[in-house]
Amino acid sequence: MTRTLVVIGNGMVGHRLVDALSGSSWRIVVFGEESRPAYDRVALSSYVDTWSSADLELAPLSGAEIRLGEKAVSVDRERRIVVGASGVEVSYDALVLATGSVPFVPPVPGRDLPGCHVYRTIDDLDGIRATVEAADRPGRHSGMVLGGGLLGLEAANALRGMGVSPHVVELAPRLMPIQVDDGGAGLLKRLVEKLDLTVHTGTSASSIERDGSRLIAKLANGLELDLDVVVFSAGIRPRTDLDLGLELGPRGGYLVDAACRTSDPHVYAIGECASVEGMTYGLVAPGYAMAEVVADQLNGGTKVFPGADLSTKLKLLGVDVASFGDAHAQTEGALEVVVNNAVAGTYSKLVVSDDAKTLLGGVLVGDASAYPSLRPLVGKEVPAALLQPGGNAADLEMPADAQVCSCHAVTKQTITDAIQSGVACDVAELKACTKAGTGCGSCVPMLKKLLTDCGVEQSKALCEHFTYSRAELFEIVRATRITTFTALIEKHGSGRGCDICKPAVASILASLNNGHILGETQVSLQDTNDKFLANLQRNGTYSVVPRIPGGEITPEKLIVIGEVARDFGLYTKITGGQRIDLFGATVDQLPEIWRRLVDAGFESGHAYGKALRTVKSCVGTTWCRYGVQDSVGLAIELELRYRGLRSPHKLKSAVSGCARECAEARGKDFGVIATENGWNLYVAGNGGFTPRHADLLVSDVDTETLIKIIDRFLMFYIRTADRLQRTSAWLEGLDGGLEHLREVVVDDKLGICDELEAAMASHVSDYADEWRGVLEDPEKLARFTSFVNAPGTPDPTITFRAERGQRVPVQLGIPEVVR
Amino acid sequence: MTVVCDFEVLRPEQGVAALLPDGSQVAVFLTADGSLHALDNIDPFSGAAVLSRGIVGDRGGVPVVVSPVYKQAFELATGKCLDEPSVSIAVHQVRVRDGVVEVT
Repeated sequence: MTRTLVVIGNGMVGHRLVDALSGSSWRIVVFGEESRPAYDRVALSSYVDTWSSADLELAPLSGAEIRLGEKAVSVDRERRIVVGASGVEVSYDALVLATGSVPFVPPVPGRDLPGCHVYRTIDDLDGIRATVEAADRPGRHSGMVLGGGLLGLEAANALRGMGVSPHVVELAPRLMPIQVDDGGAGLLKRLVEKLDLTVHTGTSASSIERDGSRLIAKLANGLELDLDVVVFSAGIRPRTDLDLGLELGPRGGYLVDAACRTSDPHVYAIGECASVEGMTYGLVAPGYAMAEVVADQLNGGTKVFPGADLSTKLKLLGVDVASFGDAHAQTEGALEVVVNNAVAGTYSKLVVSDDAKTLLGGVLVGDASAYPSLRPLVGKEVPAALLQPGGNAADLEMPADAQVCSCHAVTKQTITDAIQSGVACDVAELKACTKAGTGCGSCVPMLKKLLTDCGVEQSKALCEHFTYSRAELFEIVRATRITTFTALIEKHGSGRGCDICKPAVASILASLNNGHILGETQVSLQDTNDKFLANLQRNGTYSVVPRIPGGEITPEKLIVIGEVARDFGLYTKITGGQRIDLFGATVDQLPEIWRRLVDAGFESGHAYGKALRTVKSCVGTTWCRYGVQDSVGLAIELELRYRGLRSPHKLKSAVSGCARECAEARGKDFGVIATENGWNLYVAGNGGFTPRHADLLVSDVDTETLIKIIDRFLMFYIRTADRLQRTSAWLEGLDGGLEHLREVVVDDKLGICDELEAAMASHVSDYADEWRGVLEDPEKLARFTSFVNAPGTPDPTITFRAERGQRVPVQLGIPEVVR
Repeated sequence: MTVVCDFEVLRPEQGVAALLPDGSQVAVFLTADGSLHALDNIDPFSGAAVLSRGIVGDRGGVPVVVSPVYKQAFELATGKCLDEPSVSIAVHQVRVRDGVVEVT
């Protein structure tokens, strides 16, 4: 008989339990109070980047009956029945409580005033946004976050994202009092105050009052803050308002044993609402571990919860913070080794035993790259080198049982086993078979290191002729000013080249403005599409795509395209990029077709090249009732600026005139969405095989700044990406990810932005239409012939038939009557 | 023998297509070391007459042309497909007489 499991709570931990039980014989019913699907609460502050809750949603699960918007209101443990708010009753064989926690709101007078919020759910953020938008303060809005812990700084970050300058008020004498010591917190405060935060430690709010549309907060130290919004994030309490008559733990939470079972053998509790043998946990990793324990128990296993490592590594407001083991040196006789580099903005503290032999814990602020190596060493012998000045933890050998991925509790042993058995040969495969790196992603650099340590050579070689990666070849070509493939392969490669390195080098030469791509020394390197400046189709004919910038076209030009298509019998189709594709041209016809198109003012659309394709647009303010900026004008400007730009792979773009996003800009390599104040720039989106929404790079910038940052972004991509790597895969593989990209192309951390902009300026000034270049050069034109011994004779293998009134190729090798 | 073109029309590491009297097609390649090769122009994997437009290079030192359609490599000297050993294409005789390239 099928047994029924009821899960109360559709948060991250409940979701994890259902996932862990997928494929089991249990029928699963989930009660979720929120009306939206389970989402990633850890990433809540990123919601303000896009205001799209879909971006936070966890992978949907099949096999469970999930009742969204149905709060469980009572449980009858005698009859084993859960009652929902709608009156629905579901009987259970097992019940798991995963109700999470509620924000703790300190008893400050005025805490219930409009404009005061907690920070826990997507709805809370929507509420904060509504308050901020309703505020009528001229200039920047002002907010207060009560609580300077991990959650408080997250909330402050969310406020910054809404254009609010936050005051952070923390009762303890330092920020993040649980994780970080005084030294680390001092640096943290200095770093976050550079980001428009004001930190008030060692004080609290004594009252909040309303004054017109403002809120006035009085702090215990006498300070008065004039505010638009107040956010409470001073901690959480286990949520136990659903009273089952079960015993609670000393700090709240349903009391459970190490198997996460309450005193009622049919009832379990997991996550923040559970008090496991008296301990509560406010992090997601222990919650996940509890979910795995209960899944195992329900499947007849005997797993228990071993307690959790409360080590944390996070990036708050762009600052690395990590804390592990006995971070506060509470062990008797513990010694501290502190390196505080105020100039570099890094702080590290190692806590060791009184004989300096055992590592007990530590704190890292500013640079937490040593964390993955250090954390597994807690309780183990500390390498002497580490305690010397300049000791580098990143070089340490990790023990086999060390946990590499704490989100999914994956040990080094599990990972090295997967590598050595040949199951996984790269990071993507490791993610798929061990789950490591699929949570917060902070262990991905460690996965790469383990692959290297296991002797898996992650070869960067372009092909058998070059041992260099594309990025390295790019730098070689740029530095040596080599302009031919022959010179490059003689000096830096071997053999004669192939269909991989030749087009890759041709693309590099083109990106560095080395003249027409069909010039004498380059033509033999080009793939057939580039060689004939058209797209090869399955029967050996080509298709032709003239550029239509921004998708805007006059009736006269549209008629020319129609006439050309009619006169050459070309199959005609509208593309996804707002232009027109003409199919079925033979190589002999291409110059004749283009002569007419060029005469009418058209240019190559580069549909055949690894180059900028189109910049789509919606109609924007010119026509649309909702548009807030001129999206067509910007799209045309961008398309004309970047036309002809050769890159590691094709580049697509779009501009939307308002947040309704009709141009689908977030599916593009670079997409622009208009705001009331300017433009938001999104990068590294993709449709195709692995769809990816683009990430917000900068917001509310003016057109000049926007173009400057796109210039830098594109040139940085062109210089550093692998061959045929779209921007999405490039960003995914970039060490440091989006944050690093922003540091390079927005903050100019590497000091290369002037050079990137100059490279783009030179592209823009050197641009010339490739098709015009062919038509004006008899030598290039001569190559457009089917048969060198019978120019003008049509290729007899090419035949057409009619379909829906147009010509389409006759399937080759299949005899068909030609009409 | 069928005349293809003057030798000087050919460019190293590139191909041209020629039409034979029976309506079939030959792809003629000049490699960097100055040797000439002629193969059927039809790519057996797609049926399209396009091999003369493929990229010429080497694989492990063996001179090849790579089909522009689905990228299989064919050995220039033998017509053997290196990616699908069961497939090979016809090799044609090619010579230069009085500065003119001819094939059979």
